[in-house]
Amino acid sequence: MNIFSLAITVLIGVLFFVIFFHLSNFLLDYFRVRATKKFELENSIRVIIFIAPAFIVLFIFILYPVFETIRLSFYDKQGESFVGLYNYAWAIKDPDFKRSIINNLGWLLVVPTLSTFFGLVIANLADRVWWGSIAKSIIFMPMAISFVGAGVIWKFMYDYRGPGDQQIGLLNAITVNLGFEPQAWLTIPIWNNFFLMAIMIWIQTGLALVIFSAALRTIPSETLDAARIDGASELKIFWRIIIPYLEQTILVIWTIITLLVLKVFDIIYAMTNGQWQTEVLANLMYDWMFRGGGDTGRGSVLAFCILIGVTPILAWNLYRHKQDQKV
Amino acid sequence: MKKLTFTSIFSQLLLLIFVIVWIVPTFGLFISSLRDKDVLAISGWWTSFTTTEVNEIYRTEGNESQIKEGDHYYIKGNLFGEDKGKQIFRFGVTSKNIDEFEVGSTAIFKDKTKITVFENGDYIWKSQEEFKKKKGKRVFVSAKSPPSFTLDNYKEVLFKEGLGQAFLNTFAVALPSTLIPLIICSFFAYALTWMKFYGRDILLASIIASLVVPLQMSLIPILTVYNDFGALFGVAAKSYPGIWMAHTGFGLASTTFLLWNFLKSLPSEMMEAAKVDGATHYDTFLKIVVPLSIPAFASIFILQFLWVWNDLLVGLVFLDKHPSEIILTAKLKELLGSRGENWEILTTGAFVSMTVPLFIFFSLQRYFIRGLVAGSIKG
Repeated sequence: MNIFSLAITVLIGVLFFVIFFHLSNFLLDYFRVRATKKFELENSIRVIIFIAPAFIVLFIFILYPVFETIRLSFYDKQGESFVGLYNYAWAIKDPDFKRSIINNLGWLLVVPTLSTFFGLVIANLADRVWWGSIAKSIIFMPMAISFVGAGVIWKFMYDYRGPGDQQIGLLNAITVNLGFEPQAWLTIPIWNNFFLMAIMIWIQTGLALVIFSAALRTIPSETLDAARIDGASELKIFWRIIIPYLEQTILVIWTIITLLVLKVFDIIYAMTNGQWQTEVLANLMYDWMFRGGGDTGRGSVLAFCILIGVTPILAWNLYRHKQDQKV
Repeated sequence: MKKLTFTSIFSQLLLLIFVIVWIVPTFGLFISSLRDKDVLAISGWWTSFTTTEVNEIYRTEGNESQIKEGDHYYIKGNLFGEDKGKQIFRFGVTSKNIDEFEVGSTAIFKDKTKITVFENGDYIWKSQEEFKKKKGKRVFVSAKSPPSFTLDNYKEVLFKEGLGQAFLNTFAVALPSTLIPLIICSFFAYALTWMKFYGRDILLASIIASLVVPLQMSLIPILTVYNDFGALFGVAAKSYPGIWMAHTGFGLASTTFLLWNFLKSLPSEMMEAAKVDGATHYDTFLKIVVPLSIPAFASIFILQFLWVWNDLLVGLVFLDKHPSEIILTAKLKELLGSRGENWEILTTGAFVSMTVPLFIFFSLQRYFIRGLVAGSIKG
C-alpha cells in the first residue's frame, strides 16, 4: 500500500472513535432538551457512553481471554475435547519446559537485581558531577530502542569469526587482543543466557536510573549534610541513608522489571530463537502456538505459568490500591 | 564549591566507564551502517577512523581493452575500477611475494609482459605481442585506506530490501494504536474519576489487575476470535483494524491507570463549579479536562507510541508477513534469519528502525521520563 491509502485507513480508524463519542453525546443532549425531567436516566446513559467502548475492549482483550486461556489449558490441541490435567502432566515431563522454567528463574534473579543496582549507583554518581544529565541521557537511551533493534546491536557485539580471521565483533576482538581464543558466545550453553540477560540489563538500567533520579531529589538535603558534618563517608551515606530512604522505590522498580522479564520474548526470539538451551516460557509458548498447526492446550498451560508468576505482584498491587483508597 | 577530592575523581571515572559501556554498542552499530559493505565484512568498526593498511587482490582488464601504440600493445586502467581514495604503497604479481615491488616501479609477469602500478591504482600493462587472453592478470596490492563513509547501505535497505515500506506500515500500525486508546481511555478515566455509578470500584480494581496480566494470556483466545470473525464475514483476519484493536486492548489498562492517576489530582471544585453552571459531563470533559490534560496526554502518547513501535510479538501474531503489512521489527527479525551474515543490511536496518524512537527520545525526553515516573506498569 502507498502512503496515501495508508493515511486514509489511519484517518478513518481514528475518526470513527471521535465521531462515536461526539455523536452519541450530541444526541443525548438533543433529546435532553425535550425531556428535561429524566435527569437520572440521562446520567446513566452518559455513563454508558463514556465507559462502554473501553469496557468492551477490556472485556474482549483481557478479561475474557484470561478465563478462556485457563479453560483451554484443560482441553486438547484444537480446544475441542476435555482432557483434564493431561497438558499439565505433559509440561512436567517435557525437558524444554523444565529448561524454560530454570532459565526464567535465572532471568528473574539476575536482571531485576542488576538493573536496579546499576540504576541506583549511576543515579547517585550522576548527581555529583556536572555532566550528570548527559550521562543519564546516554544510559537511558536504550529504553527507546526496540528489543529486536537491541538484539541486532548486541549480536554484532557478540559476532564470531574463526581464530585466524579478523574479528569484527567487539567482544571477540577484545578477547583475542587479551590473548584468548575467540568464542561463539551465543552458542555456549548456560553462559549464553547471561549474554542475553546483559541486553535486558543494558535496556532496563535506564528505567531504574530515571525513577531513582526523581526519587533522590526527594531526600531532604539536611539529612545528608548532617551526616557529612558528622564525618560519614560517601559510601556509608549510600548504604545507611540513601538505600533505606529509597526502599519503596527500589521495590517498585524491582517489580516493574520483574514483570517485563517474566514476559521476555523478543530478545531470545531474535538472538537465538531458543536454541542452545536459551528457551524461556514466552518463547516456548509462541513456539507451541504455531508448531505443528498449533496446540492451544499446551500453549495455554505455558501462558498460565507466566500468569502464576505475576500473581504475587498482582495481589500486592491490589492490596496497595485498597490501602490508597482508604486514605 | 566542591573540591577535587579522591571521591569526586573516583565518581567521575566510574560514571565515565558506565557511559562508555552503554554507548559503545549503539555507536558501533551506527558507524557500521555508514561503512562500505566489503570493508565492513573484514574489519572491525573501530578501525574505520584511522588510515588502515589492507592487502587486497585485483584483476586487470582483459584483451578487449588493449590499444596499440607504436610497436607495443598497452592495457591501461585502474585496479580499483575508480579512484576510491586508497593509496597503494607496494604491490606484487605472484601470490608468493605479494609486496615485492615499490609503487611506481615496473614488474615483469612470467610471460614477459610488464606492468607499472601507480599510487592511486592506475596501471599500465605493456606487451610486445598482442594480448590473447580475455581474462586479466591478478595483481596484489598493499594499500593505505583512509576513513571513508557512505550512505549506500541506507539506499539499499530502504528501497531494495523493502524496509521503506515496512517503515510506513509501522506508522500505520502505531498511530491509531496510540490515538484510539488515548481517546477511549480518557472518557473511561473521566468516568472512573468524576462520575458516580454502580460497580465503579470493581471496574477500577479490574484495571489495576489488568495492568500486570501478561500479554501471553490473551494471544491464543484472541487469535481464535479473530479467525472466527474473519471466517464469518469473509475478510482477512489479520489486518490493520485488527492490530489497532489488539494494541488498544493491551495498552488500555496502563493508559487508563495513568490518566486516572492524573485526573484525580485535578481540583474537584472546578468540576462542581461547572456542574452548577449547567455544564454536562461531556462539556466539562471537552472544555475543562482535555485542555488541562495535554501534558499527561503527551506523556502517555509517547509511552504507548514507543511501546507499539517497538513491539514484535503482537505484530507477529496479528499481522501477516506480506510486504504490505509487515512491520519494522518483524522485518528486522526476518533479515536476521535470511541475511544473518550481511552486516551492512542488518546494522543499517536496525538503525532505520531506531530513527523514530530516537527522535522522540531526544526531542521529548521530558515527557517520556514524566510518563515513566508516573508509574508505567505495562500489562
